[in-house]
Amino acid sequence: MVTIFNRKPDRDESGPSGKGISRRDLLKSGGSASLGAILIISGSSIIHPKFAWGLETTNLDPQTMATLIQMARDVYPHDQVPDRFYAIAVKPYDAKAGEDPKTKKLVVDGVADLDKRAGKGGYLGLGWEEDRLAILRKIEDTPFFQTIRGGLVTGLYNQKDLWPIFGYEGESFSKGGYIARGFSDIEWL
Amino acid sequence: MAAPYDLKDDSVVVIIGSGAGGGTLGNELAQKGIDVVILEAGARHEYDDFINDEWDSFGQLAWVDKRTTSGDWRVAKDFPNLPAWIVKSVGGSTTHWAGASLRFQDHEFEALTHYGKVKGANLLDWPITLAELEPYYAKAEDKMGVTRTNNIEGLPGNNNFKVLKAGADKLGYKECNTGHMAINSAERDDRMSCQQTGFCFQGCKWGAKWSTLYTEIPKGEKTGKLEVRPNSMVQKIEHDKSGKVTGVLYVDKDGKQQLQKARIVAVAGNSIESPRLLLNSASSMFPDGLGNSSGQVGRNYMRHTTGSVYAVFEKPVHMYRGTTMAGIIRDEAKHDPSRGFVGGYEMETLSLGIPFLAAFLDPGAWGRSFTSALDQYVNMAGMWIVGEDMPQEDNRITLHKDEKDKYGLPIANVNFSDHPNDKAMRDHAYKQGQDLYKAVGAVRTFPTPPYPSTHNLGTNRMSEKAKDGVVNKNGQSHDIKNLFIADGSQFTTGGAENPTLTIVSLAIRQADYIAQEMAAKTI
Ligand SMILES: Cc1cc2nc3c(=O)[nH]c(=O)nc-3n(C[C@H](O)[C@H](O)[C@H](O)COP(=O)(O)OP(=O)(O)OC[C@H]3O[C@@H](n4cnc5c(N)ncnc54)[C@H](O)[C@@H]3O)c2cc1C
Ligand code: SF4
Repeated sequence: MVTIFNRKPDRDESGPSGKGISRRDLLKSGGSASLGAILIISGSSIIHPKFAWGLETTNLDPQTMATLIQMARDVYPHDQVPDRFYAIAVKPYDAKAGEDPKTKKLVVDGVADLDKRAGKGGYLGLGWEEDRLAILRKIEDTPFFQTIRGGLVTGLYNQKDLWPIFGYEGESFSKGGYIARGFSDIEWL
Repeated sequence: MAAPYDLKDDSVVVIIGSGAGGGTLGNELAQKGIDVVILEAGARHEYDDFINDEWDSFGQLAWVDKRTTSGDWRVAKDFPNLPAWIVKSVGGSTTHWAGASLRFQDHEFEALTHYGKVKGANLLDWPITLAELEPYYAKAEDKMGVTRTNNIEGLPGNNNFKVLKAGADKLGYKECNTGHMAINSAERDDRMSCQQTGFCFQGCKWGAKWSTLYTEIPKGEKTGKLEVRPNSMVQKIEHDKSGKVTGVLYVDKDGKQQLQKARIVAVAGNSIESPRLLLNSASSMFPDGLGNSSGQVGRNYMRHTTGSVYAVFEKPVHMYRGTTMAGIIRDEAKHDPSRGFVGGYEMETLSLGIPFLAAFLDPGAWGRSFTSALDQYVNMAGMWIVGEDMPQEDNRITLHKDEKDKYGLPIANVNFSDHPNDKAMRDHAYKQGQDLYKAVGAVRTFPTPPYPSTHNLGTNRMSEKAKDGVVNKNGQSHDIKNLFIADGSQFTTGGAENPTLTIVSLAIRQADYIAQEMAAKTI
């Protein structure tokens, strides 16, 4: 099971927090990497030390998951949208990888291919979006890319918490519709 | 007899489907004292069950049983198993529909006469004229409470409409208003007025928008002469040795197969399922399917020439607030071949929420060109183009060779390719739509491809002669006297207008005819 869990934000990025693993612990335990110097990966988790969430993986290795999160952002980049939403969008692949070996292979091989094409340092090591996009453009017709992209259309954009970031107000029946809430309030025409 | 009816009761009229055509026909017959059983494949959700959420509502109401696609239309690539966006639920697609209710124009009933022979198109004149249908249009408008008819006021314009109107004025368009909508602008028919909720496509939770679900069907049920059986998927229409239909085989709510006897069968499953059912009902007497001596069952599938234009402005629009189809421009609806195509098109406002816009703005697109459009969601306005498309024999519904539904019957394949006339019209409309928005300051415009078909027409078309079509001017099978088609598949050609008002008008007219023929004992 993958869970997106909330944890108390670290007061300073490296200091121990009330709950969860501190960055120093992670570093000590070895094998950690970071995604854009924001996400911390260790053991079975990806942790966002500043914005108070983490993601535990069971079937995919967290490095793979972190790469998927970055790929998701590269496919549908919205700079105002926090990583958390991209993480929620791709987290079902962890569960699916447990249920279906084909999905697991698709994802694991797909990510391995991204890393291979990126060379030393892997996909996450590429600092410029443009360099990562150059790789994605080469694989955009593959089942791996199309599966991830297709899944994001609902996985990302159907998150209710995301809508306010785009200014979409969602459900309106309970508020009596817009008849008294600006359905015809345009002023600039 | 009174509802509910016995399976063995062979005096009933069985109607397949409870949408615009079936729901209306059912009520009209019941009002005349005729016993009716409506078999509806979908469940019954009342209007307070509707959900103000695009995908959740889609999951609740849409027809998602598998279909396949072929042909060069983009839907086949982007949504290979979802050729149409229509409903499987009591009320049919009148739960999802936007409410635009326009009469056909005179010349559109005589497409062949007015457009002449168009290469590759299977054009034909309707066997009825506008004059013949006018009294029924009037009844339908009254029944549905269409604005700007029967002294019903137009709806107030929302922001999306105001942008459209400002652009229309700049381009010199003269016929732009908030439309002829089957949405209450004031309380009427025990239904309240539009609250500008903005979820017309998800089912109107206020009941302000007409749907057979909460108008025709309960009215018919109140007479005691109409029984609606939800979760009842009809598989096959049966006939006797004389070739008359005698009943239908269906799978009931418990998954059990039942045989409902019938005096008359009217098919109203929308233009994909209706021909599929006739084809699946093939027998040794009718090896090509019921009512198919012409070979036209399933052919001439039309979906209107559609597309959308979205535009981003420097300042907020909030297009999603208020009625989804909040206004119309009719200036391009005329037949004016100097534009490079025959027939015409309407421009109607449309808006989608973030989830649907992400799926439909440019299916398959990714990267910043795409995402930067969504980033401007608040500043976006949108319109939908709906125009007459050409009937083509090879645009058709066929039975899939291998794939079967869960009851073992072949599923439908929808083959569609644009006719050059369709493309020319769409390109013209894209240009006009983009120019319109640019005229009011759009900084970016998007000629958005057609969505899965919401208007599905023509696959059991009306014709004067039996060899040219499937039914006569009363929607009665040319081959089988007691078999009728009551939905949009009867359309000989599509016109530029949204089809539902015409479907409802034809159903009212058909009810008169059926009652008359029953009384005369010819059926
Ligand atoms: C999003 C959307 C917006 C639209 N907006 C407009 C608009 O503004 N104006 C307009 O004019 N039109 C609009 N339409 C189109 C309109 O909804 C349809 O044209 C109309 O409802 C078609 O009527 P029908 O009777 O042919 O089929 P439907 O209303 O689709 O009804 C068919 C019914 O038959 C049932 N059925 C099918 N097969 C079987 C079977 N074998 N056994 C039992 N039941 C079966 C289905 O479940 C369904 O409930 C819109 C449609 C959509 C989806
Ligand atoms: S905008 Fe009006 S018609 Fe549409 S769903 Fe809301 S109340 Fe109903």
